[in-house]
Amino acid sequence: MLTIKRYVRAQSLEEAYTLCQKRANVVLGGMLWLKTQNRTVDTAIDLSDLGLDAIEETPEAFRIGAMVTLRQLEQHDGLAALTQGAMAESVRPIVGVQFRNLATLGGSLYGRFGFSDLLTLFLVLDAKVELYHGGTVPLADYAARPYERDILTHIVVPRQPGRVAYRAQRNISTDFPVLTCAVAVRSDGVRCAIGARPMKARLYTGDPALLTGGITPESAAAFGESIAAEASFGGNLRAGADYRRAICPVLVRRALLACKEEE
Amino acid sequence: MAELKTVGKPMRKKDAMNLLLGKPAFVEDVTPRDCLVVKVLRSPHAHALIRSIKTDIAMKVPGMVAIFTYKDVPHNRYTNAGQTYPEPSPHDRLILDQRVRFVGDAVAILAGETEKAVDKAMKLIKVDYEVLPAVLDPHTAKDNPILVHPEEDWEALCPVGADNKRNLVASETCGEGDVEDVLAHCDVVVDHVWHTKACQQAMMETFRTYTEIDPYGRLHVVSSTQIVFHVRRILAIALGIPKSKIHVEKPRIGGGFGAKQTSVSEIYPAFVTWKTGRAARIVYTRQECQIAGSPRHEMEVHVRLGADKNGKIRALDVYTLSNSGAYSEHGPTTVGLSGHKSIPLYTGSLEAFRFAYDVVYTNVQAAGAYRGYGATQGIFAVESAVNELADRLGIDPVRLREQNMVREGMIMPAYYNEPANACALDRCMARCKELFHWDEKFPVRDMGNGKVRAAGVAMAMQGSGISGVDVGSATVKLSDDGSYNLIIGAADMGTGCDTILAQMVAECMDCDLDNVEVFGADSDASPYDSGSYASSTTYVTGKAVEKACEQLKGQLCTLAAESLGCTSADLEFTGKAVRRCDGTGEISLADLAIKSQCSNNTAVQATASHSSPVSPPPFMVGMVEIELDKETGSVTVLDYKAVVDCGTPINPNLARVQTEGGIVQGIGMALYENVTYSDKGRILEDSLMQYKIPTRLDMGHLQVEFESSYEPTGPFGAKSIGEIVINTPSPALAQAVYRASGVWVRKLPITPEKILLGMRANGQ
Amino acid sequence: MEIQLKLNGRPVRDSIDADTLLIDFVRAHGCASVKRGCETSNCGLCTVLLDGKPVLSCSVLAARADGHEVQTLEGLQAEAEEFVAFIADQGAEQCGFCNPGYVMNTIALLRENPDPTDDEIRAYLAGNLCRCSGYEGQLRGIRAFLSARNQAKEGQDRG
Repeated sequence: MLTIKRYVRAQSLEEAYTLCQKRANVVLGGMLWLKTQNRTVDTAIDLSDLGLDAIEETPEAFRIGAMVTLRQLEQHDGLAALTQGAMAESVRPIVGVQFRNLATLGGSLYGRFGFSDLLTLFLVLDAKVELYHGGTVPLADYAARPYERDILTHIVVPRQPGRVAYRAQRNISTDFPVLTCAVAVRSDGVRCAIGARPMKARLYTGDPALLTGGITPESAAAFGESIAAEASFGGNLRAGADYRRAICPVLVRRALLACKEEE
Repeated sequence: MAELKTVGKPMRKKDAMNLLLGKPAFVEDVTPRDCLVVKVLRSPHAHALIRSIKTDIAMKVPGMVAIFTYKDVPHNRYTNAGQTYPEPSPHDRLILDQRVRFVGDAVAILAGETEKAVDKAMKLIKVDYEVLPAVLDPHTAKDNPILVHPEEDWEALCPVGADNKRNLVASETCGEGDVEDVLAHCDVVVDHVWHTKACQQAMMETFRTYTEIDPYGRLHVVSSTQIVFHVRRILAIALGIPKSKIHVEKPRIGGGFGAKQTSVSEIYPAFVTWKTGRAARIVYTRQECQIAGSPRHEMEVHVRLGADKNGKIRALDVYTLSNSGAYSEHGPTTVGLSGHKSIPLYTGSLEAFRFAYDVVYTNVQAAGAYRGYGATQGIFAVESAVNELADRLGIDPVRLREQNMVREGMIMPAYYNEPANACALDRCMARCKELFHWDEKFPVRDMGNGKVRAAGVAMAMQGSGISGVDVGSATVKLSDDGSYNLIIGAADMGTGCDTILAQMVAECMDCDLDNVEVFGADSDASPYDSGSYASSTTYVTGKAVEKACEQLKGQLCTLAAESLGCTSADLEFTGKAVRRCDGTGEISLADLAIKSQCSNNTAVQATASHSSPVSPPPFMVGMVEIELDKETGSVTVLDYKAVVDCGTPINPNLARVQTEGGIVQGIGMALYENVTYSDKGRILEDSLMQYKIPTRLDMGHLQVEFESSYEPTGPFGAKSIGEIVINTPSPALAQAVYRASGVWVRKLPITPEKILLGMRANGQ
Repeated sequence: MEIQLKLNGRPVRDSIDADTLLIDFVRAHGCASVKRGCETSNCGLCTVLLDGKPVLSCSVLAARADGHEVQTLEGLQAEAEEFVAFIADQGAEQCGFCNPGYVMNTIALLRENPDPTDDEIRAYLAGNLCRCSGYEGQLRGIRAFLSARNQAKEGQDRG
């Protein structure tokens, strides 16, 4: 059961930042994960009034406010074009529309949840996070860090040519994923992230040499095997490590071939 | 037979619009907000004795009214099972016990003015446990030196083979013919063990009960229950007070599926109210429902099925090990269905059968009644064995069943020698085969990209009420304007039985459905009814409705005779009036109603009861088509077609939705719903986040048809439908998965992991 | 703390605890249609419209709704009546406990996408669990409503 003693709708980032320095205080995202916790919060800090719920587009990048909901990501034309639909595909299986109208990108990335579909996808988009005090940090670095007492304000996704595909395995629709996989194919190479291992998503390089001759069913399969060999897997209620290792190359291969098909 | 006007028609449920528009209808909506909040402190240990329990600090929380522990409760052992007295389930519970027997067992009852106060106080109760070794594996429970119920006052009221000194809830063997001898002479014997989990009903409304003291000083209980009369008795025994002091009613119920055939939540606020005199309410959290509810009995069913090489099924030997958990509720009875409602499907050819079982106590959540009630588990095993036989012999599984199935007119030795008076199973199979395009879909089809499509089939049966035990009753009375009131003790839990029984009144009394108002269930006002379970309401209570209507017609004629100056033998009931057979006079119903209320000595209210010496089985065939992703093991359900013989469908719409709902629950059980325990016995799937029931994206397309038969002992030829519908998905899906993957998954749920790793183990 | 919001068109002002959930707030203000089916944001029973968007009221602090507009089925009876009769005609309401959340989300769906395909209906309502109906009858009901509405519209257009 979640107990909250005080609620503050912060009127400035500075106010939110100051409040979040106390250990017993917490910044609210969509509150969906927080709500399932058995904990007592001194002050719940709401960022709703700070204008962090917009997706700004510049010629170079998408600058996404931390309070942007999963539903906004799902319905955004620019992000759909950038990712060839992978953005919507990554969030659509998450519980339901009502849930996605609440859950925020900032909450999902700050949480560095093992099950996060979005962390997996944003890793291959070369996203950076903007912290109020900590400055701009590549998402891959941010994800590997311990939880900080800072305010995640924006996520910046550079516009860059290339193809993106997302694949996830679920035991049942709308459940947490058993394994997630995002692949981006760009002129400078292939990025591949694997999440829900069930540990949190991270980038793997695999053996890029396998793809120098182009993406073919054979090369994609071999590359998938190289990713599975590099990644570590564990077990949870949804599946064991062996199963995850077994399907990892399949998801990687399929994502790669999807990038290829769309070219 | 005259053409039916209301029965057999897809009438709208009488409460449909109010439910759809969200009008207040359920316990929490219709009872006062201003009452004590009741919660239960639950054991973190699977097995422990309470050395000491300190509540004084917790009681200092402002707003706390009472905290009760095992020291405060009466020493009357009872069972929560909602069954006809004397219950087959041994009396093994106290309201609170010094011994806690599973993770989630009740330790203390808290009552306070606000939820916050109670939550705070709960954290301040100090319990010192002597943690004991626990019995967590049902295989080692029988004759284990660790006893779940060592207490001397444990009592079995019925001879079900129970023995608390052996951890046995029940045990029995029965059969006919020499099963070993026939098996020894069979060309093929399929011999495997099938395992089903302690699946949760997961009705959307959790357990909840409101209690207060009424102006007469009686305990008034408003609860979400299928069994108002049994709850009255259970509370009376547990509290040690006269039954006459208790009044139980149910408002609308937000789903039951058998969960609410056990008195799960009632005792806690009832005890608080009885002790404090204050109104009280408990609302179970979803987590409490998942860990301290009344789920399906986990069963392991060992089947030995013998056949000759032409596919004649000659012998069935079924042994079931059922896990009752920490308490006995429904343990001795559910297990019986695992054999008695699976083996008779093959009455057509069977030469010998044996059915034996043990039901054991363990230190996990107690099981209870869940739609299908043991038949589901047994049918998964026996139907899977038949599908494996078909595969071994290379015979089409539909044809194999046509060769062996029970047919109308046969006596079913494994079903207490009852006759199959009404049995359209053969027609169900033929129609389903046609509807499904079985011949095209049974062959495995490669769709490219690692995807294959395949199909599976299963048959099922159930019962209609509990023969020779349960009682249904109905009161029908004439009201002022010539309309009728129907008063029942059966419980509509969404199934629509209020409407179905009203349709029968409308048919019998030859009036519009709108002229029949329904009330129930209320232990003070309703005529006695065992309650809505065991697929009984349409079949058993429906017959009581028919009888009551006949009596009422007689009363109306008697009353009319006075006005029309003749004897009732000269009169006939026409629906709108009672008239003289010679056409010389009549009196309208409205006038009769008015007459009945002035200077009248003839009651225009009839009550009838009914109990059936038989329990005619409905029958069903289900066929499923799946697509398997051979690279990930993922199963997509594409199409589920089912044809059901429920006798006469009284309301085809409601029968269809019952069937569709049951199939989707069955799909959930087969593919998704898992129950696992930590090494300390804690259930890991304790929320809807972890216990995954199907969404509307997980069930493919359903299509249901009916093949009617006419059951001579049922109202308008009806049998039952509520439970049978959950029974076909597990075996049909297991077969489809095997066809697609080469892997027989005999332990539910059939997950992608089991399929893929099974395929790898087979070298695929 | 003090909050003020618009509930089904009426301004409501009340003093609440910081952790009061929107579901408990609206139920305390006469909106009994809003149901709780879980504690983990999985069932969809508690769906309300917050500034017109369907959200899970069990997962929103009432404080967060301060200054916003909340609608429950109590406030949308006419809009619901248009289509729920078609669901009643299928017998798909069953126990009724999930109905308000499901009806609220269907309202949101039809506002966003007035003529959805079956797959769009399934996808939009995926977060609304129902344990009774098996979902197929709910779909038939919505489909029947859309067909009837579209036929009536065609008739009008021709007329």
